[in-house]
Amino acid sequence: MSPPRDRLLVIACGALAKELFDVIRLNSLDWVDVECLPARLHNTPDLIPAAVAQRLDSALGRYLEVFVGYADCGTGGTLDRVLEARRVERLPGAHCYEFFATSDVFAAIHDKEPGTFYLTDFLVKHFDRLVWKGLGLDRWPQLRDDYFGNYESLVYLSQIESPQLVERARAAASRLGLDFEHRPVGYGDLATTLVEVASRVPA
Amino acid sequence: MADDELDLNSLSDADLLPQMHDDLYDGMADEIVEGTRILLDRGWDPQAVLNEALVEGMRIVGIDFRDGILFVPEVLLAANSMKAGMEVLRPLLVETGAKTIGKVVIGTVKGDIHDIGKNLVAMMLEGAGFEVINLGINTDAEEFIAALEEHKPDILGMSALLTTTMPYMKVVVDSLKERNIRDDYIVMVGGAPLNEEFGMAIGADAYCRDAAVATETAEALVLARRLTSGEDP
Repeated sequence: MSPPRDRLLVIACGALAKELFDVIRLNSLDWVDVECLPARLHNTPDLIPAAVAQRLDSALGRYLEVFVGYADCGTGGTLDRVLEARRVERLPGAHCYEFFATSDVFAAIHDKEPGTFYLTDFLVKHFDRLVWKGLGLDRWPQLRDDYFGNYESLVYLSQIESPQLVERARAAASRLGLDFEHRPVGYGDLATTLVEVASRVPA
Repeated sequence: MADDELDLNSLSDADLLPQMHDDLYDGMADEIVEGTRILLDRGWDPQAVLNEALVEGMRIVGIDFRDGILFVPEVLLAANSMKAGMEVLRPLLVETGAKTIGKVVIGTVKGDIHDIGKNLVAMMLEGAGFEVINLGINTDAEEFIAALEEHKPDILGMSALLTTTMPYMKVVVDSLKERNIRDDYIVMVGGAPLNEEFGMAIGADAYCRDAAVATETAEALVLARRLTSGEDP
């Protein structure tokens, strides 16, 4: 079978899978394929660069264009070194919160209150597993203030309109002892970047 | 006391120390406070209790964290237990005039409110005999410099958890250079997204990946500085 050299592959964080498929569908990008790495890597960013490198090395050559659906994601530039060596680009910014909100909006929120904890649709849906249990708060709830004592508010940067998710985000803020704010931001730079990268692949 | 609970008082010193290491490992703050008091009641020097019971216990915790056996919640519980023990010891250490081996000003940089790792480093440095001035979180260059001028420490320690805030460490180092005071201090940096290369690039003297390394590095750099300057180490 000949390699799909007329297609774009996006190697992405599993936390972005639904949103990537939404953007692909909404923009009719039917020449874009997506492969996801486990979303749990979100909690262990030092493991992300090697996992992405391994996946890239198996994909490069099979695809004309490969793009990485991660921001820096706490890798401190290590992911960028992996990508530079392979001449592959990634999503802009430091975190998914940033590219969903877009950089200027995110910077304004963070500058106003550095003690802000962010949730996206994915993180609201998986709050229990990734945040509450991920930080051990199911076993040791007394650690809540060790983790969140310096935070003031939780901002839910939503991708889709869902009153149920807003209520779940509000409940998450309450469990963490934080003020709550909802900002509907949509897909932000995830959509604009993916559409731009996909347009470079010859039909 | 329930029948299955261990009476720490019944243990000899030789058995109590490893039991306290286990209790620290398991994050049992009440037992650490009790063990600390028992050793003091038996005439132990507060510094010896600190070193042999608490610091040694946290050293074991640090090794297992580094090796992926323990994770952040377990380390936090252990750290909180050590903190509880240190609260018993701190006034006694001040009373006995325990000699400090150096002074550290430490803080999380501007824009960043994460302090779990930084506080762990501060506690381990204190346990190792450093006087620690902890500036807290979201600390800007002016606050760091004011603290350096006030306290005249050996070491400036800076921490950041966010990729977006770690570049601020260079702002602080550059501010020290502008005032021609950079070489008056040992600059150490740490935080999850940092690495050795970043530390060198911003002009720090050392990057430390964890609290144990930070403590060893601080001791070594202060000693080296005293020896080269002809001071009494």
